[in-house]
Amino acid sequence: MNDVSSLQIFINAALINNFVLSMFLGICPFLGVSGRVDTALRMGAAVTFVMLVSSICAFGIHRALVAIDAPYLHLISYIVVIASAVQLVEMFIKKFSPALFRALGIFLPLITTNCAILGLALFQTNRQYSFGQSLSFALGAGAGFTLALLLMSGLRQRLELADVSSVVKGAALTLMLAGILSMAFMGFAGMGG
Amino acid sequence: MAQTGAPAAPNMDVLLKGLWRDNPVFVMLLGMCPVLAVTNSVVNAVAMGAATTFVLFMSSTIVSLVRHWIPKQVRIASFILIIATFVTVVEYLIQAISLDIHKALGAFISLIVVNCVILGRAEAFASKNSVGKSMLDALGIGVGFTIACLCLGLVRELLGNGTIAGLPVFGAEFEPWIIMILPGGAFFVLGAWLLLFNWLRERKEQRT
Amino acid sequence: MNGPTPPITPTTPPPASGADGANSMRMILTMGGIGLLSGILIVLTFQWTFPTIKRNKAIALERAIFEVVPGAQTKAAFKLVGTSLQLLEGEDERAIKYYACYDADRRLVGVALEAQGQGFQDVLRVLYGYSPRKHGVVGLKVLESKETPGLGDKIETDPDFRANFETLDVTLDEEKTRVFHPIEMVKHGKKTEPWQVEAITGATISSRAIANILRESTAKSVPVIEGNLEILQEGTQ
Repeated sequence: MNDVSSLQIFINAALINNFVLSMFLGICPFLGVSGRVDTALRMGAAVTFVMLVSSICAFGIHRALVAIDAPYLHLISYIVVIASAVQLVEMFIKKFSPALFRALGIFLPLITTNCAILGLALFQTNRQYSFGQSLSFALGAGAGFTLALLLMSGLRQRLELADVSSVVKGAALTLMLAGILSMAFMGFAGMGG
Repeated sequence: MAQTGAPAAPNMDVLLKGLWRDNPVFVMLLGMCPVLAVTNSVVNAVAMGAATTFVLFMSSTIVSLVRHWIPKQVRIASFILIIATFVTVVEYLIQAISLDIHKALGAFISLIVVNCVILGRAEAFASKNSVGKSMLDALGIGVGFTIACLCLGLVRELLGNGTIAGLPVFGAEFEPWIIMILPGGAFFVLGAWLLLFNWLRERKEQRT
Repeated sequence: MNGPTPPITPTTPPPASGADGANSMRMILTMGGIGLLSGILIVLTFQWTFPTIKRNKAIALERAIFEVVPGAQTKAAFKLVGTSLQLLEGEDERAIKYYACYDADRRLVGVALEAQGQGFQDVLRVLYGYSPRKHGVVGLKVLESKETPGLGDKIETDPDFRANFETLDVTLDEEKTRVFHPIEMVKHGKKTEPWQVEAITGATISSRAIANILRESTAKSVPVIEGNLEILQEGTQ
């Protein structure tokens, strides 16, 4: 049914339909955490990692649910399985690689309820991606999320030094910046075609 | 706020605070994803608001009903399970009512599950208060959320398409500001609303 | 669903084993109870709404099909098995469906097909009608698009562009194996041949996407349709 190449999917998810700036998934961490560049980078890495894990889970669940012909259980099993899988992975990392855990650890629980993760699972099901396509979709989405977070944190670091009126400070200004970034990302449209 | 009679005031306050003072979107900055994503027209905005209100109302009621039986350790998991159930229900209802709306909202109906407003209300209010109060609170917050969606949807459809709910407002010469229905416009309009509220708040503070 | 849950419990520190055992029992019971009730509620809603949803979808599909094949009154779905078409009985989500359309006298007037490809923003899904009598594409409807509002989405509204699909020539060569002149896109006002799609000014990429989708899909489907005309014609007998 679907014969889009993996590279196209990657570019599409990372740039053209950037998860944060054009699909509005994962806005909460985007507005909340993106204060410093190194935090943003680690957050992005953690999200990409979780996306990969949940993409694989979602692919398996989808296959299972199609096999038993129960489409109405998609949503509920996605959210339960992804949440448990992330928790398991977190414990696994904690045990076997404390260094990696220190780098990603605090962000992992935060990410579970991030809409980008569930969105990824739902979109890959809707578009009937194969296993390989799902993986490149997850990587692309993660890369896009990291890129948006990085750009935003860079901008905000500069903004801290700028003298803006107290009315504008905070979420309002961040949203305006996000709007400009989103317009810039529109320039990528057409690259897939 | 409480213009009604004094005895009803506390309950009315529970209902009304969600509309303005604790508006989930404009004041608490929660549940931004759907607000930004599907508000490119008034119809979509209202459908999203109604769906969210339904899920919020039902899950708050149920959470409040069973709040004494749920062990503390698994409460978040139980809440998510309850919310996901009602989201699935609402998804099928919307599909049965209108396929066009279902197509326009797409995966964002399912994403109501991760709307922090709903889990937030279940955790912060419904799990601690009586059923009646929780229902009022959910209704207030839900309507507040719908109003926020509508605020964005109105501005974006009016400027981006020159229409309100599909009815043309300006003459034929009006050149639509296409950016408003594109993703960028969502950020700008929400940013502008927040600016307006900040400005109003500051002015009020200066007066007092 | 029961796999991942148990390993989580051991990580909580076990201070009093007796009380803890009773507690996890209660947790499992609560979760199980809620899960059971949720399941029942979801299944009930699904059963209740499913007929309506199915009817709505069927109506929407039928309307779209009759829109792209002028003169159609009834339809029948076929799927490709090997090189020949077979009447599709019941549902088959995966199969590429050929919708044969008939007029009031049960004569074959056209075949509707779904096709998709990369657009400007995201995947474009279209439904088009092929008429064996005219050897051409006779109608096109965009089923799903996220093209730029005001520019790319003109592929759905622009009258000049829509006129391309009144008859778009896809005649086969003599061996009936490939389209003689594959569909191609030309700039606005440069259309000279019946197999050319005239682009919309300012929406070249979206126009080209439509032309590409049609070219790729017709290259596969038209030989199949032409090779199975008799089966298609007999579909409703």
